[in-house]
Amino acid sequence: MTSPSATADVLAPPAESESDNYLTHDKGILSWLLTLDHKRIGVMYLMCVMGAFLLGGVFALLIRTELLTPGRTIVEHDTYNQLFTLHGAVMVFLVIIPGIPAALGNFVLPLQLGAKDVAFPRLNLASWYLWMIGASFLVVSLVTNAADTGWTFYTPYSTTTTTSVIPALFGAFILGFSSIFTGLNFITTMHKLRPPGMTWFRMPLFLWALYSTAVIQVLATPVLAITLLMLIVERFIGIGIFDPALGGDPVLFQHFFWFYSHPAVYIMIVPAFGVVSEIIAVFSRKRIFGYKFIALSSVAIAILGFLVWGHHMFVSGQSVLAGTIFSGITFLIAIPTAIKVFNWITTMYKGRIHLDTPMLYALFFLWVFSIGGLTGIFLGVMSLDVHLHDTYFVVAHFHYVMMGGAVTAFFGGLHYWWPKMFGRMYDEKWGRTACGLLFVGLNLTFFPQFILGTRGMPRRYYNYLVEFQPLHQLSSMGAYLMGISFVIVAVYLLRSLRKGEPAPANPWGSNTLEWRTVSPPPYYNFHDTPEVVEGPYEYADWVYDKRIRGYVRKASDAS
Amino acid sequence: MNTMLARFLGGVLAAAPAGGLPDPPKVPHSNWFWMPNSASNFAAATDGMFDALMWISAVCMLGVAAAIGYFCWRYRATSREANEAAESQEDHSNALEITWSIIPLFVVIGVFVVGFKQFVDLRSPPRAAYEVHATGQRWKWGFEYPEGLTHPELHVAMGKDVRILIQSVDVIHSLYIPEMRVKMDAVPGRYTELWFRPTQEGTFPIYCAEYCGTSHSDMLSRVVVHSPEAFQAWVAEEIRKIESMPLVELGELTYNQAGCSTCHSLDGSAKVGPSFKGVFGRQEKIFGAGTLTVDENYIRESILEPQAKLVEGFPPAMPTFKGQLSDRRILGLVEFIKGPASTGEPVVKAAAPGGPVPGSPAPDSPVPGSPASGSPVPAPPAPGSQGANPAAPSADPKGGQQ
Repeated sequence: MTSPSATADVLAPPAESESDNYLTHDKGILSWLLTLDHKRIGVMYLMCVMGAFLLGGVFALLIRTELLTPGRTIVEHDTYNQLFTLHGAVMVFLVIIPGIPAALGNFVLPLQLGAKDVAFPRLNLASWYLWMIGASFLVVSLVTNAADTGWTFYTPYSTTTTTSVIPALFGAFILGFSSIFTGLNFITTMHKLRPPGMTWFRMPLFLWALYSTAVIQVLATPVLAITLLMLIVERFIGIGIFDPALGGDPVLFQHFFWFYSHPAVYIMIVPAFGVVSEIIAVFSRKRIFGYKFIALSSVAIAILGFLVWGHHMFVSGQSVLAGTIFSGITFLIAIPTAIKVFNWITTMYKGRIHLDTPMLYALFFLWVFSIGGLTGIFLGVMSLDVHLHDTYFVVAHFHYVMMGGAVTAFFGGLHYWWPKMFGRMYDEKWGRTACGLLFVGLNLTFFPQFILGTRGMPRRYYNYLVEFQPLHQLSSMGAYLMGISFVIVAVYLLRSLRKGEPAPANPWGSNTLEWRTVSPPPYYNFHDTPEVVEGPYEYADWVYDKRIRGYVRKASDAS
Repeated sequence: MNTMLARFLGGVLAAAPAGGLPDPPKVPHSNWFWMPNSASNFAAATDGMFDALMWISAVCMLGVAAAIGYFCWRYRATSREANEAAESQEDHSNALEITWSIIPLFVVIGVFVVGFKQFVDLRSPPRAAYEVHATGQRWKWGFEYPEGLTHPELHVAMGKDVRILIQSVDVIHSLYIPEMRVKMDAVPGRYTELWFRPTQEGTFPIYCAEYCGTSHSDMLSRVVVHSPEAFQAWVAEEIRKIESMPLVELGELTYNQAGCSTCHSLDGSAKVGPSFKGVFGRQEKIFGAGTLTVDENYIRESILEPQAKLVEGFPPAMPTFKGQLSDRRILGLVEFIKGPASTGEPVVKAAAPGGPVPGSPAPDSPVPGSPASGSPVPAPPAPGSQGANPAAPSADPKGGQQ
């Protein structure tokens, strides 16, 4: 190690930073609402995303409760239709898309770059405000007469229903810009603000994942914006674009919608790949296996993700040729995905594995994401998709990927970076317990849905045949268990803010730059810009110090 | 618990036998863990593909679980204090990367090729297939047979290719028959198609698989597979029945078949549209046009041009039935709404001339003497006499669904 400054940060943190960190630097509500500090913006995003997650989760539990019996259990047809629409829209647009990039990424990205902030701090704050405005529109739609179109807004239903679709569309439209701003900011930051010595292939894989994500956000989201705008125009002034009654083509909407929304699936899951790459390496005390393959497979997925939208439309009347091309490219995505999973597992081989909460979430991710990925192959086979399309098999598949993949990785990342964000350790025992309960709950909720789907239960059904009831009830039990687990997580995390032990600078022994500053980081992040002379996954120089319950870097500059 | 479902299941599983015609057998639920019964020529291929992928996935997941479990145990760290280093810092192997890229690549190429061939089969109906037109409409299916019959159920002949040309008159629906392993969207403004060859006699559910609004989950029907002879007899019987039926009965049949019952109750409860109970002769407030008295002409106009005079407080949700219902059926509806629907009295049946119709779904309770076993001796209900349409289960009073 030839960078004394970086070493010095850890060994002798500046005394003033103990008392002065980004949380205490300024006081008052305005110091938060007008902040340009990426860390505070990240924390504000985190709070809002968690609020939305609670809302979406309540919708999910209401849906699962309604489905305990066929026919009416607690709500009417229309209310149920609004519930699943809101659940989908809130979870997709307000939780999963901004979850890892905007909440965790905002906090971590500049720190991992050893930078003071993102390239455009004002744009960053603007993106948060846009998120708030977009979210308000969704809430307005909620309290007036919530949209009942499903989060997919398929025409001509969405142009003819009497519910307030326009506020919901406008909300999604604005949220898209929030997402674009974040993506632009991240791309620029990674190009321009890398510290001395950090070549592209010395970037942590989390940054590679965020980079791939940002590229998709910037390229795909405008298409969603245009599509939603066209839908608003059609509803508002009756210009026939999608509605056949006005001379439009309803399937065109599906093409436009999935041209964004399939890449959006990768906006949701690729950041999760980044989080899992970080966690598995750190908790295995070993260099990540196949760094370049993991990094470039994210890029490959980002590119291929643009070319597969038609696999959502195998039974829409799309031609056999189109279906064949989309199906073929869809299968290609299986390869970079498989490469990642194999590399993560191989990283653990001959490592020294610490099963702390973040690592448990990462292993949890490996299991559920593998199921989600493999069932994607079932749906990519055109003949089988004819049977499985729009059934609970699809519901189970994307919940395994979105909930089991993206949300699990988000919670893994949250536990991993929590000590850095708030300077407190949470209760490890409760962390592991909740993670275990969540694992059981998730599989109990969604595995029965695979069986429902193959046996022919269509999705978005308020009513169903009695033969499906036992599986639905099993699924609802799992959902309640997940609800309980998330309450436990909320309780011990919030409790840690007051009663948690102070976190050391580097509790896990990671070698990425965010752990070289104190926890929580000072307002300016780093005393001096760190210099990078090695890859992000070199752990030999980090030694656990019992007194501070964290890792310190060996004083020797041997490496 | 749920009369709508009980009725539907009653209809599906205990199809009423009929005048001397063999009854489609009752088909118990598939006892295979994953798939429903296999009733078409596509089931073997689709299920074979599913099985193959299932085993591949199971092996993969077993491998993932074994590797994770073994590594976590074998390479576990004792404690942070111990500061154990990893046994190896080996971080790449091109041979491994190539291996685990190439093998899955070959697997997915194989899967793709087989899936492609199967899909081409699914999308290539034989020229000589029997053609039925299916129409999706919120929230019912209608099937029009080449013999000139329109019916809410799909009846087909065992072993005969059937091609279904699908259309929608409002939003997108999707015709889904799990037991046949077929599904195709009904898209407004264009025709789509699917085909299959039934390989098992029986009665199976049809669903709408593309979300279409309020009663999406009640947009059910059923496919009834007869022997070829029974199928011919069924078609002839249905046609004869409709031609000779008294107007009021035809009206009730149409009420159940054409989807009226989805939105208009008979018990006074408001659904999407006004209830028919007591409607005839009533003064209705018309949106933007004062009041009028419901008479024969208003009923007729409401069927043909439903948006012309809307009763206040109800959405403009009703589609037009112009060109879809014969004059005789419209007249029947007028008589039905004017008579039994308005007064709440049951339709007085004329003596059913030709006996019942095979495949008419069993109404609420299984008809005595028409057990699911397929007894050839029926004690049938008069044709179309009751809620004969599983596609319009909401014919029940609202409370009956709960």
